[in-house]
Order: sequence, then structure tokens, then C-alpha cells
Amino acid sequence: MNAAEHLPALQVVLPLAAAPLAVLIRHRLTAFLLVLAAIWSAFAISVLLWLQVGDSGPISYAIGNWPPPWGIEYRVDALTALVLMLVSGVAAVVLPYSRASIEHEIASDLHYLFYAMFALCVAGLLGIAITGDAFNLFVFLEISSLSSYVLIALGRDRRALVASYQYLLMGTIGASFIVIGVGLLYLETGTLNMMGMAIRLQGLTGDRAVLAALAFLTVGISLKLALFPLHQWLPNAYAYAPSAVSAFLAATATKVSVYALLRFYFSIFGETAIFQRLPMADFMLLLALAGMFLASTVAIFQQDLKRLFAYSSVAQIGYIVLGISFDSVTGVTATLVHMVNHAVTKGAIFLLLGGVMLSLGGITLTRVQGMGRSMPLTSFGIVLCGLSLIGVPGTAGFVSKWYLILAALEHGQYWLVGAILSSSLLAVVYVWRFVEVAYFRAPLPGDEVRREAPLSMLIPAGLLVVATIWFGFDTSLTVGIASDAAQELVRSGR
Amino acid sequence: MSATTLGSPLLWSLILPILGAICISLSGRRPNLREGITLTTAVVLFAIVARLLGPVLAGERPELVLLEPFPGLPVAFRVEPLGMLFALIASGLWIVNSIYSIGYMRGNDEKHQTRFYVCFALAIAAALGIAFAGNLLTLFLFYEVLTLITYPLVTHAGTDKARAGGRTYLAILMGTSVLFLLPAVIYVWHLTGTTDFRPGGILPAGIDSGSVTILLALFMFGIGKAALMPFHRWLPAAMVAPTPVSALLHAVAVVKAGVFSVVKIVVYVFGLDALTGATDWLVAIAGFTIVAASVVALSADNLKRRLAYSTVSQLSYVILAAAILAPLSVVGAALHIAAHAFGKITLFFAAGSIYTAAHKTEVSQLDGIGRRMPWTMAAFGIGALSMIGLPPAAGFVSKWYLVSGAMAQAHWFALAVVLLSTLLNAAYFLPIVYRAFLRPLSADAVAHPHGEAPLPIVLALCITAGGTLALFFFPEVPLALAQQMVMTP
Repeated sequence: MNAAEHLPALQVVLPLAAAPLAVLIRHRLTAFLLVLAAIWSAFAISVLLWLQVGDSGPISYAIGNWPPPWGIEYRVDALTALVLMLVSGVAAVVLPYSRASIEHEIASDLHYLFYAMFALCVAGLLGIAITGDAFNLFVFLEISSLSSYVLIALGRDRRALVASYQYLLMGTIGASFIVIGVGLLYLETGTLNMMGMAIRLQGLTGDRAVLAALAFLTVGISLKLALFPLHQWLPNAYAYAPSAVSAFLAATATKVSVYALLRFYFSIFGETAIFQRLPMADFMLLLALAGMFLASTVAIFQQDLKRLFAYSSVAQIGYIVLGISFDSVTGVTATLVHMVNHAVTKGAIFLLLGGVMLSLGGITLTRVQGMGRSMPLTSFGIVLCGLSLIGVPGTAGFVSKWYLILAALEHGQYWLVGAILSSSLLAVVYVWRFVEVAYFRAPLPGDEVRREAPLSMLIPAGLLVVATIWFGFDTSLTVGIASDAAQELVRSGR
Repeated sequence: MSATTLGSPLLWSLILPILGAICISLSGRRPNLREGITLTTAVVLFAIVARLLGPVLAGERPELVLLEPFPGLPVAFRVEPLGMLFALIASGLWIVNSIYSIGYMRGNDEKHQTRFYVCFALAIAAALGIAFAGNLLTLFLFYEVLTLITYPLVTHAGTDKARAGGRTYLAILMGTSVLFLLPAVIYVWHLTGTTDFRPGGILPAGIDSGSVTILLALFMFGIGKAALMPFHRWLPAAMVAPTPVSALLHAVAVVKAGVFSVVKIVVYVFGLDALTGATDWLVAIAGFTIVAASVVALSADNLKRRLAYSTVSQLSYVILAAAILAPLSVVGAALHIAAHAFGKITLFFAAGSIYTAAHKTEVSQLDGIGRRMPWTMAAFGIGALSMIGLPPAAGFVSKWYLVSGAMAQAHWFALAVVLLSTLLNAAYFLPIVYRAFLRPLSADAVAHPHGEAPLPIVLALCITAGGTLALFFFPEVPLALAQQMVMTP
């Protein structure tokens, strides 16, 4: 037995163990360093796992040496590796940032709690991605959800409590639906192992209980991924959470839910041809389009920048789900590429907004006017990320859009090309509202002097901004893994 | 990247303006150094671009692959004759424009001059990226970059009017490129599996004529920078910019990037043969744009507005020439890119010179101004001759080829349009020259004496006016490039 074999377990165990230790220590610097070590190691492990998968194919790991289907199986394939790297990578960037950021947002005697909850949330999200067991997925989903309720409630604004409560209600409903769906599948198949479920579901294509399970899972996961019209919890949660939490959740939480949806649809229900037999594609297409247009339109009228970009997230989730609705390799590739690209872009935006919050004390459009002069780097970073949201060539968003349109063309749905592109023009409008306020209005009295956020916040944000541009030119990492994963998924669905 | 690519003038022609922009932004506190860097960069850039001319004329096609964002679809550059011509014009006129900018920006005490010079240098980099683009993806990338990088230049003044103009500018250029150009590019990739520019076109042989027409429409309206009606409104809206920007936008980089892309796509994506019979509607719309824009220009009293609509009209000459599909007229299209660049930049320089020296913006205020500003108005006269298409100005040469091509195809509609627009051009340019030299000074002007504009301004507009004449007498280089473009199978 060497350590390399246990990487799948360590991936989750390290951050999971760091959380209670941080609580026991109760010293904020030590807690920070401990969690930092755990999360950076988790990132390193995810990269190692990805390399291992690339060398020798999917990894199956039996927890406690109990072979599946009796024990819990951890399973790493290309898709899992991608999500693991995304979650741990974003966490590794956000955590150093959070140290300076929470200084002004959270009472210092609660800092150790913040780090503990952050580690727990990361562990939960990583667990969702790595587990091959449907019930275990639910458990990790609850771990990540509960910790994120706490993280949101730590926000300085009192409305954070309401936002957290709202998310708790919606999240709990979603989780209940998921557990009901998993329960029904267990009843029908007699196993909780995902691979086992997939095999046994083949013979049960017309079964009503299976259809009910599909319905419960779809609604439950859609709640967690904030698919329009189940997105009401998201804008408030992102707007009132501490800045670091907004950035982390915006970049990862909904993306991991997308992962869960893909797993259930393609890996578990794949053999039952749900897309061919049920109007799933039309249903998802409709909701995706509604999200793209309505949420973008709502974003245009927001005054608070965090809310503006939160609604933009709902719209971008529309693009992600649109890719799934094509049920093709190119479509799922587009979904996965956009999942990563949007995570990086939105993560960068929320990190930058955190810096604005700190320097200017507010992020309404009237408060940030003239910030092109007082915070030139931050403003320019937000503009660059905004261009990626629009999908300007040379940014990550362009690559996503390219694949999405290619998928629509492959499908022969030419009108969709127009729809995708017109909705991206709505993004021009809300991004340009920021540009005009930041660059055409004079700074408020007292803001004339240059005051960027501290370097410990600027550097992590800058890293993600650079990644946003980098992934617009070098797509060997994003598209490379995404198309491998899409081929695995859609092949298993054929 | 290997040592040979690092030494290639192609790579350096793209990097140099970016390096220049960085140095300019670092030297922002020392205006003399900053302007020195701008001028040096421009001169060196032109020298580098010119080094490519010899090999291209000899039949070489230098290539460079930078990155590969999509498998099989790289950001790549390839110098072909038309791109060479555009690059020479853009980098050459940047030198003159920089001289002019120094006089204008200082003479009018403009703010944010460092930002201005930085964006200017980056806009030139983007224009060269378009010129040398080896495939549609690269072209689209730099096309969008050019739109974005010129936005701060258009809105330079920072006033509400500038912001409104910037909105129109961005909305039309971004809207058309995202809604039409991007799907056209992706559709070509979807159909053919390549977006390279190749002599003779890349579309598959069996493609039906309906698809060709739709693709052509997407490309022609998607390239909003070519200002084909009804997507021309950004051009007059962008007139809020300082005059050197108008000169760059409306004579060199932006509009020429538009019509350059039109010709390049017609020749290298579709191929002249594949389009036979599919361009009648385009001839009609281009013809309509030529005449309608001239009529608007006729009624405009604001000098810059008149020049803007004249540009809209002249750009459609290029589109018309390309749409006629005769090799001679396509040569005319390429020549007109050069001819209009020199003529129109002279006219804008003159407008800015009048504004700087006399603070006048309307045509009706120009009575007798030629006596106080003889150099400016003489240059203006030469530019006007070129617009009308009379010898001894460059516009005559390009119009000659355009008309020859139309005759070869027996395209009487196109001939009628050219004839009518020549008359209209004369009707809105000659009265200005007449006013300036033959009408007496108004009482108001007598009360406010002024002389010529500052020396850099006068120098710059004399150089471009000279260029306009030189292109008439010595059209060999652009002609050779244009003919190579249509001759290589």
C-alpha cells in the first residue's frame, strides 16, 4: 500500500479533517494555515488524480476496502477530475484572498469558524464530485449546503441572515427531492452504487417509479443549480454573503450541481435513453432560454453590482443547461467548457467586487462611479471579465460560445444560434452600464485618490483574471478535458 | 517558437506597436519622450512592414502560427498581397497621423493624452492583425479587439455627447459582428472544417446557392465597419472623437479594416467564380448606399459630418467594386482602399486644421478661409479631387479600374451609380473649395484674425496630399499587389 493509491480518499479527507481541527484550535492564524495546507494539498491531489486518469483510465477506490456494491466506491474519471480541479483550484485561490477580506466583514473571534466552514464546504463539494455512490452524493451535498448556509449568514449585512434562511429553505427542499429520488432508485434497483444503478435501470425503462425518481432528481438538482425559475435564492445569497464566500460559491456551488445533473442524466439514466423517450430536451431548452433572456434582462436593471452579476450567473447557467439539452458530444463539451470558463470569470468578478467593497465601502452603481480613476486595476479587471461574459474573442467566454453555437448548428437548430447571440448582446448592456459608470462619471468626493485593494486580495483576483484571458487562447486544458469527459458521458448514454 | 519565427518581420510588426504602447504608458509624465516614442515606433513599424513587401511581391507568403485555441483552428497569420497593401497603408499613415496628433492634441490642449496615444498604438496593432490574419478566426479576433480599443478613443472627450456616440458606435459594430459575422464564421467552419483564406475560396463545390447567399449576407452586414446601409449610423456618431481619431477611424484603420475584410472574404473565402449571380442584391444595396449617403452629405453643414457621409459613400465603392466580381473591378476595390485612405485622411486633417486655427466646424463659416490658410485648403482641394475621382488624384486610378470592370461585365446599373455619385461628390466638395478661395471673408472672420494651423498639422496634411498625387503618378506598387491578388489561382 503506498500513498498514491489512497489519493481519492485523501482528496476529501484532508479538508474534511481540517474543519474540526480548526474549530478545536480556535486560533485564527493557525486555523488559516491549517486549512490552507489542506486545501492546497487537495488541489495538488486533484492534479495528480487527473494525471493518473489520463495515464491509466478511470480510477475506482473502495472506501475501507469494502468492494462495491457493498461499500462506498470513489470513482475518478475525466469529468470528475475536471470538477475536482475546478473546485480545489478556485478554493486554493480564494482562501488566501479571504484572509484580508474577512478582516472587515466578520468579527475576528469568528474567523476560525469561517475557515472551518470553508474547509467543510470544499470537502462537501469535492465529495459530490468524487463519490460513485448515490446516497453518499446526497450526504456530501448536505455537508456542502449546511456549511454554505453558515458561510452566507456570516455576511456583515443583516440581510445576510434572511438570504441564508431563504437559501436554507430552498436548499432543503432541493435536498429532500434528491433524497426521495435516490430512495426511489434504490427501491427499484436495490443498489446505491451509480454504476450498478445504471446497469439495472436498463430493464426498467417504462417503470413509473423510475420516472418519478427522475422527476424528483431533476427538480431537486435544478433547485441547487439555480435553473430558472428555481433561482430566487441565488441573487440574495451572492449579494449579502461575505465577498470571499460569494466568489467561492459563484465559481463552484452551482457548477458542482451541474456535475450532479450530468451524472444522473448521462451516467445513471443514460442507458434508458431519457432524451429520446421523454421531452427532456425541449423542457430544458425552454428553461435555459427563459433563464438566458429573463435573468439577463433583470440584471440590466440592478443597482447593486453583486446582484447584477448574480443575475448574470442565472443567465449563464442557462447557457450551461442549454448545452445539456442538445444531448450530443459537442453540446456536453460546450456545457463543461462553459462550466469551467464561467467559474473562472465569475470567481474573478466577485473577488474584484470584494476589493471594491473594502476600498469604497459599497458596490451600488452610484457608489462606484468614477472608480476607473480611483481603482484602475480593479475596474479594468472587471471590464475584462465582463468581456468574457459577453463572449468577446480572446476571452474564455468566446470559447464556450463557439462550442455552444457549433452544437446548435450540428443539431440544425439555426434559430437557436440567433437566440444565443442575441442574449449575449444583453450581456453587453449590463456590462456597459458598469463601464459607463466607472469611466464616464467623476469619482465621488474623497474618492479621487488612488486606492486599490491590498495586494493579498488583488493577486488572487488577478490570477483568475489572467486565467479568464488564458483560457480564451489556450484551451488544451479546458476543451481537452471537457471533450474527453463529454465523450465518456454521451457514450455511456448510447 | 523557433529562432526563425522570432526573427520574422511578421511577428515583430504585431509585437512592436504593443511594446510601443507599453513604453508610451510608462512615459506618460514626460510628453516629449512620449511623443518621441510614438513617432519612433511608427517609423520602425513602417520599416518592418516594408521589409515584407519585397518577398510578397516576389511571390512569397510569410506565415506565422501563434496559438491554437481550437483543435485545428489556430490564431495564424499569412501575408498575402491585399493584406500587405492594407498593412502598408495603416502603418505608413500612422507616422503622418502621429505628427498631426502632436500638433492637434497640444494645440487644442486635450486631456488624457497618454491614454490617447496608448489606444492609438494598440489600434494599429489590431489593424495589422486584421491585415495579416491567416484565417477567419484570427480576423474576427482582431476585428473585435479593434472595436473595443477604439471605444476609448471615440469617447475621448468624456462628455454626455461622447458617451452617446460611443454607445451607438459600440452597439452597431458589436451587434452586427456578434449577430451576423460570428455565426457566419462558425458556419463556414461547420461546413468546410477550415477557415483559412485561400486563393479561389474554400467553400465546398456542391454548396447550394441559397446557403451562399445567406452566408454572403451574414458576412456583408456582419462587417459593420464597412458601413453598408442600414448599419452605417456608427460612423457619423463616432464624429464626436478628436479629429486625429476621426482621421484614423474614418480613413485608415477602422473603416478600411471593414472594406478590407469584405474584399478579403469575397476573394479568399467565396472566390470570385463561386459568387457568380449571387451578388446582384449586394450591388444594389452598395449602389443605394453610395447615392443615399452622398445625398445626406450634400445637406450636411457640419464639415466633419459631411466627410463622414462621404466616407459611407466611398466605402460602398469598394463593396460595389468587389460585388461586380470582374477581376478588373476587384483590382479597383483594392486600389480604392489605398486611394480613399490618402484622400480622406487629407480632408480630415484639413478639417482639424481649420478647427485648431480658426475654431470653425461648419461649411457655411468657411468663406474666404483659403486666403488665411492656403496650405490647408490647397490640400483639401486635392483630397476633394480624389474623392470625385478626377486626375491628377489617386481616386481617378481606382475609379478607372472600377469602371473598366463594370464595363467588362456590362453592368450598366453600377456604371450609372458611379456616374451619378461622381456628380454628387462634385456637388458637395467643390462648393467648399469655391467658398474658401473665391468668396470674401465674412465680417465675423475679419474681426478674428488667425493664420495657418501649427506646423506639425500643416506638415502632415501636405504629406498626405502629396501622397494622394503620388499615387496617381506612381501607382505601381499598389497595382502590382492588387493584380497579384486576383491573378494567383
